[in-house]
Amino acid sequence: MNINWANVFDWMQIFKCFIVGGAICVIGQILIDKTKLTPARILVIFVTTGAVLGGLGIYKYLVDFAGAGATVPLTGFGYNLAKGTIEGVQQQGLIGAFTGGVKAAAGGIAAAVFFGYIASLIAKPKMKKQ
Amino acid sequence: MDPTQTKQGYQDYVDKKSPNSPIAKNLFNAFWTGGLICSIGQIILNICKERGFDITTSGTIVSIILIGLSAFLTGLNIFNKIGKFCGAGSLIPITGFANSIVSPAMEYKSEGYVMGVGAKMFTVARTCFSFWYFKCYYCWNYIFNF
Repeated sequence: MNINWANVFDWMQIFKCFIVGGAICVIGQILIDKTKLTPARILVIFVTTGAVLGGLGIYKYLVDFAGAGATVPLTGFGYNLAKGTIEGVQQQGLIGAFTGGVKAAAGGIAAAVFFGYIASLIAKPKMKKQ
Repeated sequence: MDPTQTKQGYQDYVDKKSPNSPIAKNLFNAFWTGGLICSIGQIILNICKERGFDITTSGTIVSIILIGLSAFLTGLNIFNKIGKFCGAGSLIPITGFANSIVSPAMEYKSEGYVMGVGAKMFTVARTCFSFWYFKCYYCWNYIFNF
């Protein structure tokens, strides 16, 4: 299959993606440096923020603007959960509220479990040297 | 009295002694590494779109590839070093999510493959899922508009 590489390397799009993705990470870095939140809490905060913004319909504009710059950070993961839930509700009614969200994120979760298990079978944890 | 004996005094002592993290440098590193990871995602997304997948499928493929990549790097103990350098730049993209699943999985290997790896894998990430039900307000919205 022929791939049009000019479309793949759309520099304007990649630049927007770079800026937005970088900005989201900067927010995370500020939270790490300025507050005493642990990284695990920051993960939760980002996913929850993404889910709330996605539910309110604000995050969609950011995704349209920045593409992967908005979907690759964890806020995008939360946005996916929210979007899946909304679609589930529209298609199946109330039961969709329970199935839709996880369905949308299923690929990512399954991949994480799969690769995580493989990595744990193969790799040995190395003690952190202080 | 020794100032380190009181709680406040000890806090001040710790603040004075602990090295200040160079914030400007951290922010800069987080910015460009985070941007770079997202740009890689965008390039994969564009390739998937060119191959004729729809946007949702492409997004899932991007997540799976990035998760697989970071699980691989975590397994090789490279991700620790990258994470030390990038800070939030590698934590906030989906790579951090993968890392939060893979590292407990590796850590608890010694407790066995079922009760160790199987049970502890989601130690960090499961909180994300429980808080995700926050947005169930959307269900209420649906019910009241019914």
